[in-house]
This record gives sequence, structure tokens and C-alpha cells, in this order.
Amino acid sequence: MSTENRGEWGSRTGFILAAIGSAVGLGNIWRFPYTVASNGGGAFLIPYLVALLTAGIPILILEFSLGHKIRSSAPGVFGKVSRKYEAIGWFQAFIAFCITTYYVVIIGWAFSYAGYAMTGAWGADPKGFLFGEYLQLTDSPMNLGGLNMKVVVPLLIVWAVNYGVLRLGVKEGLEKANKIFMPLLVVSLLIIVVRGVTLPGAMAGLDYFFKPDFSKLTDPQVWLAAYGQIFFSLSVCFAIMYAYASYLPKNSDIVNNAFMTGLGNCSFSLISGIGVFSVLGYMAHTQGVSVAEVSSAGVGLAFVVFPQAISALPGMNGPIGVIFFASLIFAGFSSSMSIIEAVVSSISDKFGLTRKQALNRFTLVSGVLSLMIATRGGLYVLDIVDYATNQYGIVIAGLAELVIFGWFFKTDSIREYANELSDFAVGKWWLFCIRVTSLILGLMFILKIVNEVSNPYEGYSWLALGVYGLGVMLAIAVASVFFASKKGSDEFEKNIYGNPLVGNELKNDDVKKSNLEEASL
Amino acid sequence: MSTGAIVTAIISGIILWGGFGYCLCIALKSDK
Repeated sequence: MSTENRGEWGSRTGFILAAIGSAVGLGNIWRFPYTVASNGGGAFLIPYLVALLTAGIPILILEFSLGHKIRSSAPGVFGKVSRKYEAIGWFQAFIAFCITTYYVVIIGWAFSYAGYAMTGAWGADPKGFLFGEYLQLTDSPMNLGGLNMKVVVPLLIVWAVNYGVLRLGVKEGLEKANKIFMPLLVVSLLIIVVRGVTLPGAMAGLDYFFKPDFSKLTDPQVWLAAYGQIFFSLSVCFAIMYAYASYLPKNSDIVNNAFMTGLGNCSFSLISGIGVFSVLGYMAHTQGVSVAEVSSAGVGLAFVVFPQAISALPGMNGPIGVIFFASLIFAGFSSSMSIIEAVVSSISDKFGLTRKQALNRFTLVSGVLSLMIATRGGLYVLDIVDYATNQYGIVIAGLAELVIFGWFFKTDSIREYANELSDFAVGKWWLFCIRVTSLILGLMFILKIVNEVSNPYEGYSWLALGVYGLGVMLAIAVASVFFASKKGSDEFEKNIYGNPLVGNELKNDDVKKSNLEEASL
Repeated sequence: MSTGAIVTAIISGIILWGGFGYCLCIALKSDK
């Protein structure tokens, strides 16, 4: 695809909504509240804000700058720095590919549950309903048990929506969809919050969520959890933000956009935390137990605990249930579209395919693979692949990115480029943050491996972890090297390989030109 | 709700939403 035909955001609002929409996903609703509550409550917000300012926003500035300057997706960005780094860009894109295959399935579950919420179909046993009647879960990850049509049908709807939106392009598809989904997400979350805080017991839930335990601040694990939460929730280091920034017009802000994306994402997390814990407080109140006993995260929170809470509401159970699952659907779509876009743009940029050609190929392959998650044993596969891609894949991809740009590149030229374009400038602290974050990620990675050896994830067999975890990671690595070694389109070869980026060439060309003119006077 | 929880909720809200609002104001005044 030629540089001119890649597409462009129609407005700054469109870009900001899409970038925040990408960052705000299921994790903001089902992971953040539990992470806060189990890591010192309100005190956790201190390391969380520190991590946002020292890791999240600096990485966003890095990716926005490079995507905007090079006007290419991740493989092009890394390939432009050096051809030998292109595989890292593909590794990031394949991580996104992998995440797509299960993320769309979870949005499909939310679709089903929005329907079930109207009648309270889960009855008095939401856990039995989820694993038994709905997912029909098998006994082991090595027994997939055939396709589950209750999951396949909503999955097809999710694919149809994603495909339909992305086929329309950046301005007419992505931008317009985010302008619809994001306001709907805000409204649905606010309805949950208002309903939640007016329930009896809500204050106990919020107290559990916000009450600071400052002694936790001396625990390094809490700080690592804060950096992990920021790192995994901002859609950084897996190709998305490069692609999104590459669609920005030439005269676009970088630094302020990064601040708005980071702060906007965390503001959403705070609201969803209030909604989730006020409802959990009510549930604990009705059951006569502590909030800690009903507190959970992930699939368990959304599809077991929340249905239980919805059934226990004093009124409006159906509508509130539908609104809760609708919020998951809106958050899920705004993220899934960005994840798919990261891969589609990578394929079309490198091989010169049109958006539609790349999207057709991607949807066919990823759609077929996502059927594996729609089997009766699919939840196990989802769980292991999600764990491997998040805890290892993104960390490896992020580590490589930050080491290259933090330590082996004239990184200050990126800062100058961003500052010349932006509403306000960042100081030299930015480079320091990039370097420190690379060290923190390295530490997280080492600790994770040490822990894994002694405690295999969720007690799964090494065979299951090997096939779905390590196997998937190795497949991604091999595919990355293979795609990086393939010949690109003539334009890619010329623009990316033919004109490699050396640190100080990153400065804004127009600004450089005017500086030269001034110097000649 | 305890005083500590209320103070934390207010401060974190001001920093995150206030920070976002501040950046938004700058963006609205800008021609980017």
C-alpha cells in the first residue's frame, strides 16, 4: 500500500478516542480493580501513578513519535532503524495476531451474557452455568471436545463487526466506530457506578478498594504489579500504537496526545474500579461476608461474580446486567479493532497489499484459529495463550523495544522530534525513564521465569504449557523471522531498507529545513 | 468509608481526571 493511501485520522479527537479506546479494554474493568485491592488498596495508586508517568506515558511518546515519523507499522519502524531489527516488529505484530484469536471469543461471551442477563439465565449457580451449560468445559486442555455452537455464533457476530468496521478504513471505519463505542462505554460505566454506589454495602466495597495500606509501599512486588498493570493496559509494545500514530497527519501533536491517552486510560480504570467494588460491596453485604471473600478478577469476576451480583440486585436486574455486559462489549470492540489493525497494517505495509486484501487474509487465518478457542476445551487454551502472550510475549517484545531505543539509538533525537511537534515539551527525564523501564521489565521477566519453574501456571501440566504456551511463543518467533526475511514491496524496500533511520535524522524535516535557511542568512 | 479511603479517592480522581482535563484544555487551544 502506498504511503499516500494508508489512510489518515480525520480529526485529533478521532485519534485520541481510538488510542484511549485501544488502551481501555477488558483489563480495565476486570483486572485493575482487583490488582488495586490486593496490592495495598489506595496506597497502590502511588506506584501506579509513578509507573504511568515513568513508563506508560514515555513509551507512548516513543511509539507515537516513531510511528508518526516513519509512517509505517511496527515491522517498518524496526526495519527502518535496521533491517536486522525488523523481526522484532513482526514479533509484536504476531503477538497482536495471537491476542486477537482469543480476545474476539471473550467479546462473544459478553454478547451471549448480555442476552442471558435479560432473563437471568444463569439462575442460582452462575459458576455451574458458565463452565457447564455455556462453555461445556472438558476435563483437560488436551481434550478440546469439538466446537461449541453457543460460543461460535456470537464469535461470528464479533468477527463480522470487526471486519465491517476495518474494511471501511481509518477515517470512515476505525474513527467513526470509536466515536460511537467510546461515548457508549462512558455512559454504560457511569450507569453501573451510579447504580452501584446507591446500593447498601457499597461504601464497604469502596473502602476495601480505596483504603490505603502504606506498609505495602515497601514491598517490591507491589511496585512490579503497578508497572505490570500500566504496561499491559496501555496497548504498548505490541504494534498497535505505531500503526495508530502512522495515520496521524504531518502537523500533529505527539506529547500531549500521549499524556491524554495515558491519563484517559487510567481515569477509565478508576471509574470501573468504583463500579466494580461498589457492586462487590453490595454482594458481600447481602451474603454477610467480607468484601475480600467476593473479590475476584478476570473471567471469574465478569462471568461468575457479576452475574451473581446482578441476580441479587433489588430491582432492574435485567437492564443493569445488559448494561454491564454491553460495557464489556464496547471496551472489547474498541480494543479488538486496534489489535487487528496492528496486524493488517503490518501486512499491507510490507507486502504492498491493499487494506482489503490484507484484512481478508488476516480474517480468514485468525478467524479459523479463533474457532479453536470456541471449542469445549477452548477456555484452557485461552487461559494459557493469554498468559504466555501477556506475561512473556509482550514483556520480551517490550524489552527488545526499550533496549534498542533506550540504549542503542540516538534516542534524544526522538525527544527533539516529538517536542518540535507538540503542545508542550518533555525534558531529558524521558530518556532516563525509557532506560529505567527497560531494567524494570528485565527484572520482571527474570522473576517470572524463576517463579514459573517452581510453580507452573495454574497447575497446568508441562505438556499443556509447552504446547499452548511455549509452542505458541516459538511459532511466533519463527514466523517473525520468516516474515522479516521475505522480500517486501518495492515501496517498502525503497522507503524502509533503502533509507535507514539514523538517530539524528529523526528531527522534523521541515524544522530542519527552516533551521538551515536561518543559518544561511 | 474511612477518611483514608475518601481522601485517596478524591486525590486520585483529581490527579487522573484533572490531569486529563488539563491536557484536553491545552489540546483544545492548540491548532494541531
